[in-house]
Amino acid sequence: MVEISDIRDVLKSLESLKGVADTLTDDDDLFEKGLDSFGSVQLMLALEERFEIEFPDSALGRRSFSTIRIIRDTVTGLCQQEAA
Amino acid sequence: MNMHVEVAAALPVATPVESLDVRAKRVAEQAARHADAVDREGRFPAEAVAALKAERLLGIQVPHSLGGEGATMSEIAELCAILGRACSAAAMVFAMHHIKLASLVTHGLDSAWHCTLMERIAAEQMLIASSTTEAGIGGDLRNSLCAVEAEGDAFRLTKEASVISYGAQADLILATARRHTEAATSDQVLVALLADQITLERTGVWDTLGMRGTCSDGFLLKAEGLPLAQVLQKPFAEIAAQSMLAASHLLWGSVWFGIATYAVDRARAFVQAEARKKPGQAPPGALRLAEAANELQAMKSTIVAGLARYEAAKGDPDALSAIGFSIMLNNVKTTVSVQAVDIVQRALSVVGLAGYKNGTPFSLGRQLRDVLSAPLMINNDRILSNTANLLLVQKGSGKLLSA
Repeated sequence: MVEISDIRDVLKSLESLKGVADTLTDDDDLFEKGLDSFGSVQLMLALEERFEIEFPDSALGRRSFSTIRIIRDTVTGLCQQEAA
Repeated sequence: MNMHVEVAAALPVATPVESLDVRAKRVAEQAARHADAVDREGRFPAEAVAALKAERLLGIQVPHSLGGEGATMSEIAELCAILGRACSAAAMVFAMHHIKLASLVTHGLDSAWHCTLMERIAAEQMLIASSTTEAGIGGDLRNSLCAVEAEGDAFRLTKEASVISYGAQADLILATARRHTEAATSDQVLVALLADQITLERTGVWDTLGMRGTCSDGFLLKAEGLPLAQVLQKPFAEIAAQSMLAASHLLWGSVWFGIATYAVDRARAFVQAEARKKPGQAPPGALRLAEAANELQAMKSTIVAGLARYEAAKGDPDALSAIGFSIMLNNVKTTVSVQAVDIVQRALSVVGLAGYKNGTPFSLGRQLRDVLSAPLMINNDRILSNTANLLLVQKGSGKLLSA
């Protein structure tokens, strides 16, 4: 089970969200909080490493990474697929 | 609100029954006639833009329901190529106008204020300029320093715009700015500013090697007391990804294709004249011409494939903001911008001194200077770095006929 706190830990490691990571709500739009396209790629890489998953191209849209909750759901879905 | 109807009635409206191509070719004739003067004097291609307005080509992308002609990106790309053969500056002004209009048409339909604006653009043939570049930020269009400063229902904006192409001639400027004074530099919105609502103080002069007629001067832009409704609320990040990136790379590429086509046509005419003089012998430039024609075809295929991918993805925000789609568009830009330069240079080597010299039927100096801007308009190194970053996570399908 992937926890919201796991996603927060990953976000804290990102340069573009470092300053605000602790103040984010689960549904804040990360792109409005300063996440840029470089940062979103770094976020994907960090998530792939941490949870030992690979995002398929279909999950690489902006939407999959827009909020903490959506990231948690996306990662959870991929972890279940890996396990199956 | 009948204002737009009255304005439309006041203008000489050519009923657009003729095809877009035919109308654009008439504009191209005008543009070609003045292209050398525009280049030499570094002045705005006023005759060509007046012809674009007379042929009603500035509003064609606006949907039928708002008084436009609902032209597609591919149709507009064809017109960019037609104009690019005649006058690079006029073609680039036309392309940049439609890149901005694409943002309005794609993202402004749910805003009443912006719908009225689009009606006016179609009716009054308003020319739209873009202000993204900013002192302290440079050409990174996804970051801004200036901010929308709201007070009640009104806002003010001050932007040190180090480049606004034809800013002094535009009827409307779409400017990027931070959403509010506390927003992150990447949390941007797109603000519509009518020429009579702003002051522009010239801070820099566009005296360049080529593309001289785009008049991309620097300005201090100031707006005050404007209605907040003029701020498009959608995140600019989405506008950039879903309409601006695609429109920019595809329409710029089409302008460069027009320039390259003109150069190859000159080279072909030169080789054919040589061949007629000495039948039975292949002219010395014939092989270089074959190489240029080869590369022109590759360039064309890249643009056409990009347009097809865009038309297929149009209206699907997920497809338009997918990483693979951004990589494809980046590749279109970096590929065709380099090809265009190479093609014009090869054509110049075919026609030789007749092309190097100004004022001959084979002169290619202006085209070469203009096309050298292609790899620099959003520097290819910046785009390649962006692609390199995206490739860290893209997986790829390995298919030939689909994404």
